[in-house]
Amino acid sequence: MSDAPAAPPRVSAEPRPAAEPRLLFTAPPVRPGWRQAPARVGAMCVVELQKLRHDRTELYTRAVQPALWLLIFGETFTRIRAIPTGGIPYLDYLAPGIIAQSAMFIAIFYGIMIIWERDSGVLTKLLVTPTPRAALVTGKAFAAGVKSVIQAVVVIVIAALLGVGLTWNPLRLLGVAAVVVLGSAFFSCLSMTIAGVVLTRDRLMGIGQAITMPLFFGSNALYPVAVMPGWLRAISRINPLSYQVDALRGLLLGVHAHLAADFGVLALAAALGIVSASALLGRLAR
Amino acid sequence: MTPPSDPAAEAVGCTGLIYSFGDTRAVDGLELSVRAGEVFGLLGPNGAGKTTAIRAITTLLPVPAGMVRVFGQDVARDRMAVRRLLGYVPQQLSADSGLTGRENVALFARVFDVPRAERAERVAQALEAVDLADAADRMAATYSGGMVRRLELAQALVSAPRLLILDEPTIGLDPIARTGVWDRITEIRTATGMTVLVTTHYMDEADQYCDRVGLMHQGRIRALGTPAELKAQLPADGGTATPPTLEDVFRHFAGSRLDKPAGEDFRDVRRTRRTASRVG
Ligand SMILES: Nc1ncnc2c1ncn2[C@@H]1O[C@H](COP(=O)(O)OP(=O)(O)OP(=O)(O)O)[C@@H](O)[C@H]1O
Ligand SMILES: [Mg+2]
Repeated sequence: MSDAPAAPPRVSAEPRPAAEPRLLFTAPPVRPGWRQAPARVGAMCVVELQKLRHDRTELYTRAVQPALWLLIFGETFTRIRAIPTGGIPYLDYLAPGIIAQSAMFIAIFYGIMIIWERDSGVLTKLLVTPTPRAALVTGKAFAAGVKSVIQAVVVIVIAALLGVGLTWNPLRLLGVAAVVVLGSAFFSCLSMTIAGVVLTRDRLMGIGQAITMPLFFGSNALYPVAVMPGWLRAISRINPLSYQVDALRGLLLGVHAHLAADFGVLALAAALGIVSASALLGRLAR
Repeated sequence: MTPPSDPAAEAVGCTGLIYSFGDTRAVDGLELSVRAGEVFGLLGPNGAGKTTAIRAITTLLPVPAGMVRVFGQDVARDRMAVRRLLGYVPQQLSADSGLTGRENVALFARVFDVPRAERAERVAQALEAVDLADAADRMAATYSGGMVRRLELAQALVSAPRLLILDEPTIGLDPIARTGVWDRITEIRTATGMTVLVTTHYMDEADQYCDRVGLMHQGRIRALGTPAELKAQLPADGGTATPPTLEDVFRHFAGSRLDKPAGEDFRDVRRTRRTASRVG
């Protein structure tokens, strides 16, 4: 197993002379086109995970609110039995709704984040790299998904500790992750789209707060669509959060759900979100 | 100055570049030709339109086809191809404060498709080239302004750009760090033949490091040439024995607004302040 003596010594094996940054003298090869988009999305997700690794406080603080919802709202309404859940304990009914809610809150923040990145100049520099707008937006959307999945794991653990009977079937859990990623992709793109329209952080914060509550209460996260008044039912029908919650209930609790329709709506919503957010992203750079 | 006939020998070409923000005509018919391999300094007073011109060249601003070319590629038509050739350090200090220095550079290696096998080594070399090897694993939030600037330079250099665009790269750097930045740029440039387009308000820097400078004022180039040529062009300043400096050239071509009587200038400032407080 002797090395061929003619082989040039590996760069990394030699103590490199400091003044010779040889790799910086040649441009990297161009990756084939079809592999670029996934690579960019991967790069954005890596950055998200690196940031989470450096600062986990967000993970902890974001776990507080869903825990309170489950603990206070969930436990209380379980006793009251005011909401028809189709025979399952209210806490069980609520848990998927809270997973969707906390994922939505994380995703809605991405519009503010992209404006912050614009203001700090980070976005500007990324826009001058060979990264199509759509790839950048998709990367952010998936990064939101990665963060939301971590959050979903936290909520699932809290729910399990409170005695909610959730599935542990790995295939179904994989489905849960997919649903959470798609939902987060949509809501982060919605938020980035609004960011591309209003362009400033203050306006976006106002709008963000104004839409998250109606989206949450205008969905089946807390109560079934059947108890809603007609107009709210109409809102719920066009609200992607409802489809996300429906799919999560079906997968986690094994209750009846419209999985195919849910996945279809969520994938379409995410795709539309990516298209509109990337069309408006350039406005942030001007 | 006739433009070079071989389009590949021209790193940046602007013909009749116009860009307006609302009613403000920031760039007003800019004609610019940066030759491949040279260090070109874009000088000019605040608000001359330097940053706006650079943002048009870097594909950040939408400009019609035919106005800006980078190595023969039209910025409006071949955005991706142009971006592949660019390294860009914007005027504003910007690094992702939630990442380490190394991660900041690695992100740019990733988005420029540096193969995984050489990524770590390339990132390390870029960091070393700007003397940040020791601070590489600290969070960028803990960097001083000068360190952030050098980190940005590493981000721009990691993809071995053919055209490095620096918008006031040495602003806020101490004299030693400034020399350091320029030494690195010169070093890599001699090895790669990279073209550098730089803006600066330091006339000594322009004089020392730029092959040619263009003096921009109110959206257009008003004087162009090597620093020596520009200084020679200047009409001899009545009787003083000292030869003109590049700063004298700057004052000569860009000083039209500063020629106003002091009182008028002061009113201008007050008016601007009032507007500013109303806006803010
Ligand atoms: N985003 C913007 N919106 C409105 N006006 C702008 C914008 N950016 C620049 N301007 C205006 O365009 C003109 C040129 O600005 P620019 O930033 O290009 O100047 P500059 O030469 O880079 O100045 P400096 O040396 O101060 O950096 C100025 O009058 C400025 O007020
Ligand atoms: Mg500027």
